[in-house]
Amino acid sequence: MSTNDIIDTLAGIEPGSALDAIRARRLQARENAQKSYLSLFEPIDAGDFSLAERAAVAAFVTGLHGESPVAAFYREKLAANVDGAPLLEAIKAEIERGKTSGPYGAFPAGPLSVEDKAGLIYRVSAERKPGLGNRLVAALEHAHLLVFRPRDAASADMKTLLAAGWSTAGIVTFSQLVAFLSFQVRVVSGLRMLAAASASEAQS
Amino acid sequence: MSTVNPPVVFTQDELGWVSWIDPLPEAELTERHYAGLVDRARAKSDYFRLLVRDPEVLEARTKTDKDIFYNVADGLPRAERELAAAATSRYNGCIYCASVHARFASTYSKRRDDVQRLLDEGVGADLGERWNAVVKASVALAETPIAFGPDNIAELRRVGLDDAEIVDVINGASFFNWANRLMLSLGEPSK
Repeated sequence: MSTNDIIDTLAGIEPGSALDAIRARRLQARENAQKSYLSLFEPIDAGDFSLAERAAVAAFVTGLHGESPVAAFYREKLAANVDGAPLLEAIKAEIERGKTSGPYGAFPAGPLSVEDKAGLIYRVSAERKPGLGNRLVAALEHAHLLVFRPRDAASADMKTLLAAGWSTAGIVTFSQLVAFLSFQVRVVSGLRMLAAASASEAQS
Repeated sequence: MSTVNPPVVFTQDELGWVSWIDPLPEAELTERHYAGLVDRARAKSDYFRLLVRDPEVLEARTKTDKDIFYNVADGLPRAERELAAAATSRYNGCIYCASVHARFASTYSKRRDDVQRLLDEGVGADLGERWNAVVKASVALAETPIAFGPDNIAELRRVGLDDAEIVDVINGASFFNWANRLMLSLGEPSK
């Protein structure tokens, strides 16, 4: 399937523009950021992590970063999935409950402890747990940790995911998805900012 | 599981990394997995044999990583791409990632003491205006919500970066928001 480059689309980079030429100098990175996206959202095998779950986690993670074309894109992906659409309102409500500022969390006990920073330990609201189910509840709570306080991660978090029904392979793909989106949303934001800075310079 | 001896400070020493969940056993690797590993030698690493449980994602991730950091035909010098990676890792709190990329930053810049100050003092260390601008931009990109803005771009331009070099900063810093989250959450460093 031929797809427009997702980062270029979300960043508003037009063919033939200055940023298009700059991105072309890192062609392997551009093509493989695209392949990462396709491998995560159009996988060969979604047996360990369903497409609806992927879309729900993606909408949640990108929404936690604040409103943006990236967040809107993944909300639409969730709404377009038959099993995902019924989750949309719950995900939107949980994004609002989970919004905060990061990174925060604790360092290993020792000299770095002076840099420890407390913050929200997000848990899905009790009223929405039945609708989301055990797997997604555990996934959203872990995704929030990955977004805002990755240095708090502990081996017990893996046990929590396994106990909620995630396989080891599923945890790997889920972790890659959250981590990849942390990259994608930043590249898009950075490129948009650079394009805007160049445009305002050209006008002055 | 072997005994873990976690570091409690940022360091340029070589560290190990121990997985919290089971990597794929080496005996179970197929050609599909080797394609995902990209370099066959990575079959010896627990980290890569864990990530290879999703070979297509690992392959694309690895090739993205390599081009962002190793393609130095043009653009930002390697030392400053590594600085962006080390600063991002310092700010997010990934002691393992910071150790690897601080070593690379030292190797390529020959400024080992400055790199060590970044690790010891944190992202507020004064490393001279050009490096300060790269560190500040990396930190702004690591924040959630993302704080990278026109001031970061103006500052990067003021210290001499052109737009292609600024894109290398954006790519390098953003990539480590990917890498840090994997290394921090799937296992832990060990001395």
